[in-house]
Amino acid sequence: MFRYIAARLALTIPMLLILLSLVFVILRILPGDPCLALLGGRNVTPEDIAQCRELLGLNRPILVQYLDYLGDAVRLDFGTSVRTGLPVAQELLLRFPATFELATAGMLGATLLGLASGVYASVRRDRRADHVIRVLNIASFAMPIFWIGLMFLMLFAVRWRLFPAGGRLDPVAAAFFVPITNIYTLDTLLRGDLKLFVSAVRHLFLPALTLAIVVSGFIGRMTRSSMLEVLDREYVTVARAKGLHERKVISRHALANALIPIVTVVGLQFALLMAGAILTETVYSWPGIARYLLESISSRDFTAIQGAVVFIAFFISAVNLLVDVLYARLDPRIRF
Amino acid sequence: MLRLRRDYLLLSGMVIVGLVGAVTLLAPLLAPFDPTLPTDGERLQPPGRPYYMGTDQLQRDVFSRVIHGGRVPMLVALISCALSLLLGTTLGWIAGYAGGRLDRVLSLVMDAIYSFPALILAIAIVAMLGPGLANMTAAIAFVYIPTYFRVARGQVLAVRTQEFVEAARALGASGSRTLLRHIAPNTLAAVMTVPSFNIADAILTEAALSFLGFGLPPPTPDWGFDIQNGQKFLQAGYWWLITFPGLMIILLSVGFGMIGEGVNDRLNPRRRRLV
Repeated sequence: MFRYIAARLALTIPMLLILLSLVFVILRILPGDPCLALLGGRNVTPEDIAQCRELLGLNRPILVQYLDYLGDAVRLDFGTSVRTGLPVAQELLLRFPATFELATAGMLGATLLGLASGVYASVRRDRRADHVIRVLNIASFAMPIFWIGLMFLMLFAVRWRLFPAGGRLDPVAAAFFVPITNIYTLDTLLRGDLKLFVSAVRHLFLPALTLAIVVSGFIGRMTRSSMLEVLDREYVTVARAKGLHERKVISRHALANALIPIVTVVGLQFALLMAGAILTETVYSWPGIARYLLESISSRDFTAIQGAVVFIAFFISAVNLLVDVLYARLDPRIRF
Repeated sequence: MLRLRRDYLLLSGMVIVGLVGAVTLLAPLLAPFDPTLPTDGERLQPPGRPYYMGTDQLQRDVFSRVIHGGRVPMLVALISCALSLLLGTTLGWIAGYAGGRLDRVLSLVMDAIYSFPALILAIAIVAMLGPGLANMTAAIAFVYIPTYFRVARGQVLAVRTQEFVEAARALGASGSRTLLRHIAPNTLAAVMTVPSFNIADAILTEAALSFLGFGLPPPTPDWGFDIQNGQKFLQAGYWWLITFPGLMIILLSVGFGMIGEGVNDRLNPRRRRLV
């Protein structure tokens, strides 16, 4: 197991290097001058531009810039934000727990929805329920996530007032709340404040559900096809033949074996989830990484943009690594 | 060739895309009002007559804007999809056929792009290039290249060891002739299952980009941008501003998705049994 993790880690490094280079190419080599973006383009003298390029180190040879950039990224030094004057790394770490909380809750919901619909569809294969679920799955890929978010807001928050319309806590409570980990559902419990915990969960519910719906379609499809493959196997027939209850056959014999490919799909959807998070965070004013990236773009904070994108690249690589290791643990046939 | 029972997904997808496409193409003829100019109605008037989907805060007719709003997404999605199809497939053919170091490097780069969230990558590109039609198209085209690359490369690897390829080489065909005349045509069936899903996805990405304000400047009608505009009036309960453009995005995207599913079923009957 240890050797496998080490081998997989060695594979992650070139991947990360390429991702970092890609970000560099997009942010530095593509046409579009960060200084011009930073200063806004109007009423800018060539001297301003020159000074800005000097400040950001953009007047050095591109290779030097590249190596410098890689060195900084590896040391997690993302520079200082022009907008807030704080180190970008610090700001990102402060916001990451919010994104993490949202993504985890969304993934949990998506997995539950996807497993349930996928197993049900496979059991009712080619019947009406199966077709309905299939069309719903197609529809779930086709939903603009920001639109679902806005619709939920309009119905559940504005019209029926069942859930709050955004943020992570009630504004008054949030003003006095001192977070510990910045994962609010956890922090409120650690502080032993049940009322605040309920508030945190209520704030989390709609954004998490929005994310879950979009990702659940992929998991549902994968579950169905993986289940169908397993349901044809002899051991399932044997389990039925020895008189096991159908529910037990499905859960213990079929689903347990069908889970392995599903786990990989769930893991790979994390990229999709992050893309969804950027829109969900916008719609629900959720103060996470993605929102930070957008704010940085609109205030033309180049250092922060670069830091946020690199941070997301790191995060995605870490998740992919984790999924592979988990996969190896789940499937005893994979050994190194 | 097509049968209603068997190909219900493909056929309904084609009907949906055909209808939305026709409405989009004929928008100037169909729209009752100019989508960019104020009407005589009041601001934020709820749906009714003569404004079937209400009016927005500038007294513009939402119905006319919805009819026109598909032009930008359709254009961007189709062009970017064609670009990534062309580039991705060509690179995939080359990598798969050449093998060796070139293949390893290209595959690694493509995997890296693929592993990164497409929308965030597109946002980063547009943020640097600046908003606008061409930049948005380029960004979307770029992020979907790996999808085609992977499929094309995989197919080349599957085909290149078969006897007819060996026969072509034995007859003295050059490398490029073998690839283009013998291998490439046999990969196209698999590659062609990608575009409809890809267009469905590109429409969503375009919508997201223009929702975030990276699209064309106002007053150009665009579903994504109109939803962003409607968001401001959500708390006050003006539901018609966001509901209708969103439904159109879903309709178009579902249509392309269904075509993709249907094409997949036809080209890959085994998969139909499983998926």
